Amino acid sequence: MSARAEITVTVNGIAYTRAVDPRLLLSDFLRQEIGLTGTHVGCEHGVCGACTILLDGRSARSCLLLAVQLDGAAIETVESLGAMDRLGRVQEAFRAHHALQCGFCTPGFLMTITDMLRHHPLESDAEIREALSGNVCRCTGYEHIVNAVRELARERGPLK
Amino acid sequence: MTDAPRTADASVELRPKLVGQRIRRTEDPRLLTGSGRYVDDIALPGMLHVAVRRSDQPHARILSIDVGDAFAIPGVVAIFDARDIAGDIRPAIPTSRMDGYYATPIRPLAQDKVRYTGEPVVAVVAESRYAAEDALDQIAIAYEPLPFAIRQVDAVEPGAPLLHEEAGSNVIIARQFQRGDVDAAIAAAPVTVRRRFRMTRKTPVPMENRSYLADWDKRKRALTLHTSSNIPGIVRDVLADCLDLPGNRLRVVAPDVGGSFGGKGSLNHEEMLVCVLAKKLERPVKFTADRMEDLTAMSQAFDELIDAELAVDAEGRLIGLRADVIGDIGAYSVYPWTGALEPVQVVSFLPGPYRMQHYRGRVRGVLTPKPPTGPYRGVGRPSSTFAMERLIDMAARKLGLDPAEMRRRNLVTAEEFPYRTGSGIIWDKSAFQECLEGACADYPALVKARDAARAEGRWVGIGLASYAELTGIGSRIAVAPGMPINTGTETAAIRIDATGAVTAAFGISSHGQGLETTLAQIVADELGCRFEDVEILHGDSALVPMGTGTYASRSAVLGGGAATKSARVVKTKVLKAAAHLMDVPMEELEAGNGLIRARSSNATMTFKEVARAVYSQMGRIPYDQREDLVAEETYDPYLGTACASTHLAMVEVDRDTFGVTVTHFVVAEDCGRIINPLIVEGQVHGAVAQGIGAALLEEVVHDETGQLLTASLADYLVPVATNMPDIGIVHIEADLPNNLGGFRGMGEGGTIGAPAAIANAISDALSPLGIEIDTLPATPERLFRLVEAAQAGMAQDKPAG
Repeated sequence: MSARAEITVTVNGIAYTRAVDPRLLLSDFLRQEIGLTGTHVGCEHGVCGACTILLDGRSARSCLLLAVQLDGAAIETVESLGAMDRLGRVQEAFRAHHALQCGFCTPGFLMTITDMLRHHPLESDAEIREALSGNVCRCTGYEHIVNAVRELARERGPLK
Repeated sequence: MTDAPRTADASVELRPKLVGQRIRRTEDPRLLTGSGRYVDDIALPGMLHVAVRRSDQPHARILSIDVGDAFAIPGVVAIFDARDIAGDIRPAIPTSRMDGYYATPIRPLAQDKVRYTGEPVVAVVAESRYAAEDALDQIAIAYEPLPFAIRQVDAVEPGAPLLHEEAGSNVIIARQFQRGDVDAAIAAAPVTVRRRFRMTRKTPVPMENRSYLADWDKRKRALTLHTSSNIPGIVRDVLADCLDLPGNRLRVVAPDVGGSFGGKGSLNHEEMLVCVLAKKLERPVKFTADRMEDLTAMSQAFDELIDAELAVDAEGRLIGLRADVIGDIGAYSVYPWTGALEPVQVVSFLPGPYRMQHYRGRVRGVLTPKPPTGPYRGVGRPSSTFAMERLIDMAARKLGLDPAEMRRRNLVTAEEFPYRTGSGIIWDKSAFQECLEGACADYPALVKARDAARAEGRWVGIGLASYAELTGIGSRIAVAPGMPINTGTETAAIRIDATGAVTAAFGISSHGQGLETTLAQIVADELGCRFEDVEILHGDSALVPMGTGTYASRSAVLGGGAATKSARVVKTKVLKAAAHLMDVPMEELEAGNGLIRARSSNATMTFKEVARAVYSQMGRIPYDQREDLVAEETYDPYLGTACASTHLAMVEVDRDTFGVTVTHFVVAEDCGRIINPLIVEGQVHGAVAQGIGAALLEEVVHDETGQLLTASLADYLVPVATNMPDIGIVHIEADLPNNLGGFRGMGEGGTIGAPAAIANAISDALSPLGIEIDTLPATPERLFRLVEAAQAGMAQDKPAG
């Protein structure tokens, strides 16, 4: 086994310094090394999107990244979006529209949508569905998620 | 008492008002903030991780297992094969009272032989999953390959190689349902249609892979299994026998569970395995499947060949149906449902929601070297509905009859209930005809749009599918044929504690259905307490004496019924105490929103005040009249409820890519009294998505050598947002007088109707070419081949020149 490497990664605004195996996945780093289990692992081959996080502000799959690559990077996870008694806006829209059922894929959707709202026009349902098409949800059939995103995009207005 | 004056305000305020409302879910805040607790989120001190070496052979004798240098890998703690744990656990036997059935034993690790690619053979226990996986590579297993028949048509033959020699045959289930003289009816009928239908193998793909964590408490000699199961009660009961532990020292907990759809609804090898290993090693042991393992070895679904022939008269009225079904049940019969669950339901439900005198359905369940088939959303009915609804459309086409009219003429009508089908199922009061009309509200406009598109040369089609199912099944009927366990009851234990808080504990197990919300709605309405004061507990075998879990569209019906029953008993106790405390007759009191109010005066008490008086303020209620504010009642709907629906799909087949786009989809369903429309709609959407997946995308493929070709989500395709249309839903709340609460089960229906509706729509779209869809999924490649063959046939029919 290769030697551990020391990295410092900022996760949700807190800097973590850890010595990690070079092969440690970012998803495992988040879940097991620093105990943020809100990021879920659904496939470990980059298809399902459950493990989506924001890496330096853009959505990325934490199962396809190695922790050792991320020295100096800033990561945002679902834990940054709000608290149980003070949901963030995307979370609140999900709740209002019943856009989650089992909740396992939800953190990945929330992070993807956070990115999409910052960077994509999302002007039509077709665009919204395209934006969501890299995340798999097996419970909702997507319609309620689309409804939530439509409301969020309308609220945001045109991209500046 | 009837003379007591009522204030209009009070009666409005106190009326039941939560059931029927779009209440936001109480589960959501934790799940939205990453504060959910799924099994893999749980880490216990000293916890070890298991990785499983799986068979790479479909059928082989295990000659030797050599662990090589596996122990040289840092962190490896122990390695086990079947021989090492043989004395620690008894196999689970999925018995059944069916004649001629053979129950294959279920063991944690393969013993002597392997019977499918992916079957667990060796378990490595290590300090991390990474180390355990490293060790897997060091292990050498020598196999003697054995002959096998991978396809059901071959495995069913008398001379086929046997997967379980002790069974004496690969056919471990054979049943027949019969009424009337179907052969004579078909021979005499003016119109018959016939086809071999194939619903290919699926896999449930819940987003959370299976995960199990066993914790052995050596101080108490007690085991706790945290499992991503939807049947924790059933798992507790069977493991109690397998491990020889009484129920008070074996607790099975399903915390937040990331979907199941049936895939987590049978006992799993690895679930048994972690229990044995935790007990042996006296440390917590966790197994979490990766996606490849779940695609390879989770219980799979459907996989039937259905040879069916339907006879109708000249007006399109159904006369008779005969069918011969071969179900590919895979290598083992699952616990507790057995391998009969899926294929036998196909022939049970094949006659559909229709009036039809003559029927014969034969089914054989055959062992093949593939993962076992188990429950998957819809069970049997997606296949039976696909076959029957295709036959109805084929007959309608032959007669030149509109498919909606064909169904209208044959669906059982209100005056005919209860109606017994040719297979013996009894349909009682459900909105069969109303669902058809509901789905067809825009039908004439859609037909016009289709005809206009067709005139432009586009392949656009409309398809209908009507079906009925049994949900919320009580003790009179077994969920699976001949199954020896009781799935017909549910218990709710409701208590108001000394602080006035209400806790309602159930044997059901929510894994996405929102039962913490819907059951709290029912409890609050029935008890009269505040919604936010109700805590729903579920998914834990320690909560009630016997509970099974959530499956077969039962939890709203049975859990809701049990909640209603128990809440009413507790309410009586609350009112009795309040009557004494308020010094008014009990009949004067009503409860709502946490307040008990005397109708004849303005006197009120809160639940909290009553609870304090009962439990903590001695002397306020005479000791011989004091009763704890608790109840534990069991509900048994005895028969269960019929649930009907019609789906309408409109599709367009792309002439260049042969891809199918679903452009319009309507579901009209009767789920009885709706507890929470938001949740009902979510269930319909999700189930339809799985039905669309089954119709267009999803197919587990094993090649001729028994290897799985669809072991990633890039190969096994599930619907994403761009595959889905918006779904129109027409709710029909038909009255259900005999069931407490009037609820019908509705979690599975979307998956039952959608494949058939889409198959009919594609067949309609391609009707100018004379194409009938008989195999699902209708992938671009299949459609391309069908179109190519049809066009070649048409070219041949034309005169040369």
